[in-house]
Amino acid sequence: MKHQHVAVVGAAETTEMGVIPGMTELQLHADAGLNALADAGLTVADIDGIACAGVAPDVLASYMGIQPTWIDGTHIGGSSFMLHVRHAMAAIQAGHCKTIIITHGESGRSAVGAAGFPEFFAGRLGGEFEVPYGAHLPPTMFTIPVLRYLKEFDLTTEDLAQVAVAQRKWAALNPRATFKDPLTVDDVMNSKMIAYPFTLLMCCLRTDGGGALILTSADRAKDFPRPPVYILGTGESCEGPMISQLEDYTTSRAFRVAGQTAFTEAGIERADIDHVMIYDAFAHVPLYGLEDLGFCKPGEAAGLVKDGHTSPGGKLPTNTNGGGLSYMHSGMYGMYAMQESVRQIRGIAPAQVPDAKISIALGIGGMFSVSGAIIFGNELP
Amino acid sequence: MNQKTKERPLPRPSPESQHFWDGTKAGELRLQKCGDCGKTYFPPRPFCPSCSSRNVSIFAASGKATLYSYVISHLPMPGFDGPHAVAVVTLDEGPRMMTNIVDCDQTPEALVLDMPLEVSFARQNDDITLPLFKPAS
Ligand SMILES: [Zn+2]
Repeated sequence: MKHQHVAVVGAAETTEMGVIPGMTELQLHADAGLNALADAGLTVADIDGIACAGVAPDVLASYMGIQPTWIDGTHIGGSSFMLHVRHAMAAIQAGHCKTIIITHGESGRSAVGAAGFPEFFAGRLGGEFEVPYGAHLPPTMFTIPVLRYLKEFDLTTEDLAQVAVAQRKWAALNPRATFKDPLTVDDVMNSKMIAYPFTLLMCCLRTDGGGALILTSADRAKDFPRPPVYILGTGESCEGPMISQLEDYTTSRAFRVAGQTAFTEAGIERADIDHVMIYDAFAHVPLYGLEDLGFCKPGEAAGLVKDGHTSPGGKLPTNTNGGGLSYMHSGMYGMYAMQESVRQIRGIAPAQVPDAKISIALGIGGMFSVSGAIIFGNELP
Repeated sequence: MNQKTKERPLPRPSPESQHFWDGTKAGELRLQKCGDCGKTYFPPRPFCPSCSSRNVSIFAASGKATLYSYVISHLPMPGFDGPHAVAVVTLDEGPRMMTNIVDCDQTPEALVLDMPLEVSFARQNDDITLPLFKPAS
């Protein structure tokens, strides 16, 4: 790559995680931001770029005391933060600023000072052509493609349950995970029906929390207390917010484009990846992600999960914090996926994958509407 | 959306979509077709999403469709009693749309993917008639 590289030099989540009734959404952003600054050995005086979603960047800059020369308020749901990383990398390379903070905070459970959901998830046209039929919340929107997916690949609802079972194995190793008790396929299948074929344990949590990243150029990155986590490749794309209008229910175009762009930019192969994070708002999303990122052929991801390849000890360790299904999910989960990628590359994750050198985090915004992919590594290429 | 009402939330027609809702009221399922590239598309807009042409026309579709995918929601939803299918159908003309399946048990056994369907217009008030679908006769 002709541009200089960019690295993560600070990364942290909120001090508490899960149920945080004593903090507004704005303070969750700041709490995560302060922890990331401390992780990097910096104060706000060192920050000249800011990106966030959920609260507006000018609101947070003023609250934290940041005087930026670069601002990004891209807000496209749960993958906003992947897009922030990609845009931040370009801004640092262009010289628009030197040190950027990216924050997420969401009072997804306690709803303290929370922005809340937009009137319609799928925009004005979704309100007109989807909501009247009952597609009014993620469990009745995000989930609609899956029966077609299962039919086309001759899979069953038990294959969805396996995803929740596999991720609970990782969560059991993570002290901060909301749910740690082992699960069986029967437990998942017999939990409360939410929207057939999705039972409660195939749906993500609703929790409070936040996270923040600090990025700077690779030439400065070695001067920080933590080993740099380099950004090797990035990608982004969108298909659209109306679930009824996605072109193919067996695959996500936004996943494919964002993922391939990131791999091309990084100049690496799928086999080079040691660790995978795929946004899991619902149990089917990691199956789409594994296939659309090219880790297996269409329809084969359920077999990878069932055979233990994504579980502890497997060849494709996936969602190693327990994911949105078991770790936490505040609403816009993408930040937590990247936090876990950074922990794994630093070698400090609670469920550490031995010798993890390259990690990919795939984010999703809306219901398969937007995607961002970031590949992290411990060395410059 | 208003969670307090017992009525289902109804669409609010726009300048770009009024023809669609005028159509359902008149018993027609109106789609749009590009005069330049031939693309048939939905939801409504006064230009072609494939080639950007403004040379588009409105026509009445056959009302025939097949069941593409669905969930059976167990969540409370104004205007619905108990579990109900939130469905996406593929119209014979190509586009897909969200709808509900009526005159059919709301069960996985009764709702079979690719089953043939036909439009069933459901009047909600003086302004809005929703295009629902039922098993083809
Ligand atoms: Zn056209």
